[in-house]
Amino acid sequence: MLWNTLLLALRAIRRNLMRSFLTILGIVIGVAAVITMVTLGNGATRSVSDQISSMGSNLLIVIPGQRFGPGSEGAPKFKNADVEAIRNQISAIERVAPVVSKTATAVYQANNWSTVVTGSNDDYFQAGNWELADGRTFSESEERAGKAVCVIGETVRDKLFGRQNPVGGEIRIKQFACEVIGLLKPKGQSAMGSDQDDTVVMPLRTVQRRLSGSQDVNRLTVSVKAQTSIDAVKKQLTLLMRERRKIGENEDNDFQVMDTRQIAETLTSTTRILTMLLGAVAAVSLLVGGIGIMNIMLVSVTERTREIGIRLAIGALEREVLLQFLIEAVVLSSLGGLIGIALATGASIGLAGMMGVTYLFDPTINLLSFLFSAAIGVVFGYFPARRAAGLNPIDALRHE
Amino acid sequence: MSDTALIRLSGITKIYGRGQAAFQALKGIDLAIDAGDFVAIMGPSGSGKSTVMNILGCLDTPTSGAYEFEGVHVEQLTRNQRALLRRNYLGFVFQGFNLLSRTTALENVELPLIYRGAAAAARHAAARAALAQVGLEGWEHHTPAELSGGQQQRVAIARAIVTQPTVLLADEPTGNLDTHTSQEIMSLIGSLNRDHGITVLMVTHEPDMAEYAKRIIHFIDGSVDSDRRHEDAA
Ligand SMILES: Nc1ncnc2c1ncn2[C@@H]1O[C@H](COP(=O)(O)OP(=O)(O)OP(=O)(O)O)[C@@H](O)[C@H]1O
Ligand SMILES: [Mg+2]
Repeated sequence: MLWNTLLLALRAIRRNLMRSFLTILGIVIGVAAVITMVTLGNGATRSVSDQISSMGSNLLIVIPGQRFGPGSEGAPKFKNADVEAIRNQISAIERVAPVVSKTATAVYQANNWSTVVTGSNDDYFQAGNWELADGRTFSESEERAGKAVCVIGETVRDKLFGRQNPVGGEIRIKQFACEVIGLLKPKGQSAMGSDQDDTVVMPLRTVQRRLSGSQDVNRLTVSVKAQTSIDAVKKQLTLLMRERRKIGENEDNDFQVMDTRQIAETLTSTTRILTMLLGAVAAVSLLVGGIGIMNIMLVSVTERTREIGIRLAIGALEREVLLQFLIEAVVLSSLGGLIGIALATGASIGLAGMMGVTYLFDPTINLLSFLFSAAIGVVFGYFPARRAAGLNPIDALRHE
Repeated sequence: MSDTALIRLSGITKIYGRGQAAFQALKGIDLAIDAGDFVAIMGPSGSGKSTVMNILGCLDTPTSGAYEFEGVHVEQLTRNQRALLRRNYLGFVFQGFNLLSRTTALENVELPLIYRGAAAAARHAAARAALAQVGLEGWEHHTPAELSGGQQQRVAIARAIVTQPTVLLADEPTGNLDTHTSQEIMSLIGSLNRDHGITVLMVTHEPDMAEYAKRIIHFIDGSVDSDRRHEDAA
């Protein structure tokens, strides 16, 4: 009986190709959208955490304020003296790079380019895994004197110098001229999608004096010596900073010391929320697809009440007619689900490549979407057919 | 009326609608039909011929009265049991064909066999044979939309006889056919009755067609008006 009913269901699908196609379409789009969104979101999350952990596990970042991101502006910034204090008082620390950043327009001859100017010291390059393509980094005397020298990233070179060698050239930033002494090797996009090579690095003093106009330091990047406990260093660093910022016994920190794992968590929690949001939007489209199926099934059952009457009249049992409609609906919606999964896999791989995020196959979301589409078929295929199959054959036959 | 009757109707009534709109289409029909009989039902339009055929074919239920089929009280059967009765004993030709649209003649004729669970090869062979019997060789793969009214009628007949039913119920099987084809169909039905022992109940408006039957029952206004044996019939 099952085999015969399957045969009847397949014949009915073949008989109504257009309707079958429309039924499938809603599910295909819904399933493909959900899977693609979630897959890309997961990929982005993975890319962010991968990139941050590739920064190395021996890195600590100290920022003012109680949390990472916007809203930390109120807390006092760090001072130049903090850098010296950390370097001198915590022996397990290898490097301390203060960071001040400003956006500014850099000009070379007829070219100008708006970029981020970072003020720091020589440690900045080591802690940030930067390598030189050409030239050199700052000398201690240049740092101390706040000389107008800079090391530029690949993007800035490209925009200002084109193919030329920039080392020895002179760019203008705001009112002052600045000699290019080094060119950094390209690093590509950051975890958050910004161009890391779009950068100009100068000695800290130079930026403070000529660009930011204050003695503030926005951030400290600290690298810890190998073979030392990062947690112990974090504690020492926290204690030292509390003391220097005169925070009372019962007061909370007005700064944060984060290791790379924590940064990764903070950043990935953002992309995770984004994934959920995108997934939710896509789920709505799946729901709309489901309503489409419901609609088509309802219309088709009304249309096919006469057909149901014929089948009953020539000896079909009510349950055979129902089973046929059920199989039809399940075959259509699972076919839609499978096509959707195939489409989503293609789209995810393609888009992940274009966006530079990792492609991760997520079995859960694939399975869930598939089951959901099959369930839609069951619900919307079965229930409308039940009413028609419960009629007297003659009443079903007379149905207009 | 003998006790060996295949079909026995006693006091069958049928009321359509309710209250003000109620209409009594059958006003107490008593009828016994023996196995192997060939009965023509005649009568003016609206006299209840189709109504009684639908009840006999288990497509509709009477408002009151008893319907015995081989001694079984059909009015007491469940929906499924009545479906099985239709499947295994009855063949029905509708006044309006009722073929599945966008489905080939062959598939339409195969349908009752699919529900009987016949194997594919046997099914195809039987369906082809039934189509050949009604003179539709070569039209197996045409859909109803590609067939004339008479051809559709013949597909409907083929579908009703493909299962070799105990009883063939035909509601105006020649209503859409020319005289020549009508006579072919009637002789086919006659031979099914004669050679295969299929009991035939047929509604017709045409006295010529009724001539093929062994017994002619006249309906008027929901009641049996006359019921006579046709001695010359084959
Ligand atoms: N579903 C229905 N609802 C209400 N009245 C009906 C219904 N079916 C039939 N009738 C009425 O019952 C009466 C008998 O109908 P029936 O179809 O049995 O006539 P008939 O003898 O087959 O006529 P014809 O020769 O025109 O086919 C008619 O008056 C018709 O209007
Ligand atoms: Mg009629």
